[in-house]
Amino acid sequence: MALFDKFQGLSAARRELGTLGIDPFAVEIEKILSPTEGIIHGRRTILAGTNNYLGLTFDPDCVKAAQAALAAEGTGTTGSRMANGSYANHRKLEAELAAFYGMRDAIVFSTGYQANLGMLSALAGAGDVVLLDADCHASIYDGCRLSGAEVIRFRHNNPEDLAKRMRRLGARAADTLIVVEGIYSMLGDRAPLKEIVAVKREHGGYLLVDEAHSLGVLGERGRGLVEEQEVLADADFIVGTFSKSLGGAGGFCVSDLPVLDLVRYSSRPYIFTASPSPATIASTRQALIKLAAARDLRARLRANYERLHAGLAGMGYTLGASPSPVIAVVLGDRLEALRFWNRLLQHGVYVNLMLPPATPDGVSLIRCSVSAAHTSEQIDAVCAAFADLRADAGIVAAELGTGT
Amino acid sequence: MNAMTGNIALDYPQIVAELKAELSRLSHGRFEIGEDTDLLGDLALDSLQVMNLLLEIEDKFDVSIPVNILPDVKTVRDLALQIENLVREK
Repeated sequence: MALFDKFQGLSAARRELGTLGIDPFAVEIEKILSPTEGIIHGRRTILAGTNNYLGLTFDPDCVKAAQAALAAEGTGTTGSRMANGSYANHRKLEAELAAFYGMRDAIVFSTGYQANLGMLSALAGAGDVVLLDADCHASIYDGCRLSGAEVIRFRHNNPEDLAKRMRRLGARAADTLIVVEGIYSMLGDRAPLKEIVAVKREHGGYLLVDEAHSLGVLGERGRGLVEEQEVLADADFIVGTFSKSLGGAGGFCVSDLPVLDLVRYSSRPYIFTASPSPATIASTRQALIKLAAARDLRARLRANYERLHAGLAGMGYTLGASPSPVIAVVLGDRLEALRFWNRLLQHGVYVNLMLPPATPDGVSLIRCSVSAAHTSEQIDAVCAAFADLRADAGIVAAELGTGT
Repeated sequence: MNAMTGNIALDYPQIVAELKAELSRLSHGRFEIGEDTDLLGDLALDSLQVMNLLLEIEDKFDVSIPVNILPDVKTVRDLALQIENLVREK
């Protein structure tokens, strides 16, 4: 097989998108107007697929902090955390994250993806076992691959299945790393954390919870599902990202275990990459203060996602889970989902299109993510677009028939 | 522990038979499945479907099958041999 033969499948898939005149994976936001609006294809569009849960990307204090850091500390650090890329503010952000969770220490990584890659590859190694929920994010799978550990999946959100696998491991269970997420990014469902913690207490092992989609969203202080389900003390490692509710870019891990500080010396995704820019660190520090105090934003976010969820469910759409800021509309067919996504965009609504194998069980999904910054009028406009498309469902089916 | 599922010792032909049954169910009986059947090529399963296949067959053999074996698994035979090893190691 020639070097580039592996791209033939992708090339054919993209040609197919070309004939349809749709490429949801090459969308350009020509101008970003606010956390919830942008110009796409020359049209003012509601952004309902950006993970901007608290809408902090244009927060004046965060922008001001970033501008000040940019002027004071420059555009980039030009180095790794381990070399010249750890400024005082990187360390301050780590101390603030640790204090936010009431834990001993935190590590800041350059992206959320690298936080998982960096933690999993450092914590686990050849001869170790990682037990992960089958629906875990690609960054968790990739971190596992980089670790060289034995990787065993358990059925999604199924603590009994986890317990069964722990039992099979026998004495090795006590040293296992269990990995779950707070809110799963595809369907928007939450982990049964209390039950998973009970399995860990019975069999031993360590628990890593990725709160990428739940930080700032769940819990009284926004500390995620661990706070909402009151299991913070049982989470050995909490991973999160700056790129969703904190409106920046970067990732972190907090832990009460002293080993976390040693991870800095062994984690390749921490060592061999440049650290986040001063502006990113400054806006994230400011956003973290806002996030911790943002009970009003969380209440607004909740009202918004409950409004959208109820609206879509009322129209008869099949939804991936009970209400959360990630609302997945389940569509059976890949082509139907593609056309549906495109029609939503024509209605002035941008959402995410999720296709197999990125999705569980081979389903095609239209994924909405809701923001506290959405107005109720915007939520209603999104609902109206979905309502129009429901009415057009017969036409969509007819087009599907001619398109295949 | 020994190589038992319930009270029945599992040998290679039984593992192959179980795999063929599960794959036949997965592919809705559209393919003739043998030991040389290529999971990705012949059955056109994607990586997630193969990982989910492991979840389905693990309980039949009372083993957890690490996803790390997948790079070495191309055919039904490859997978059966891996499971046989895991069952033996128990």
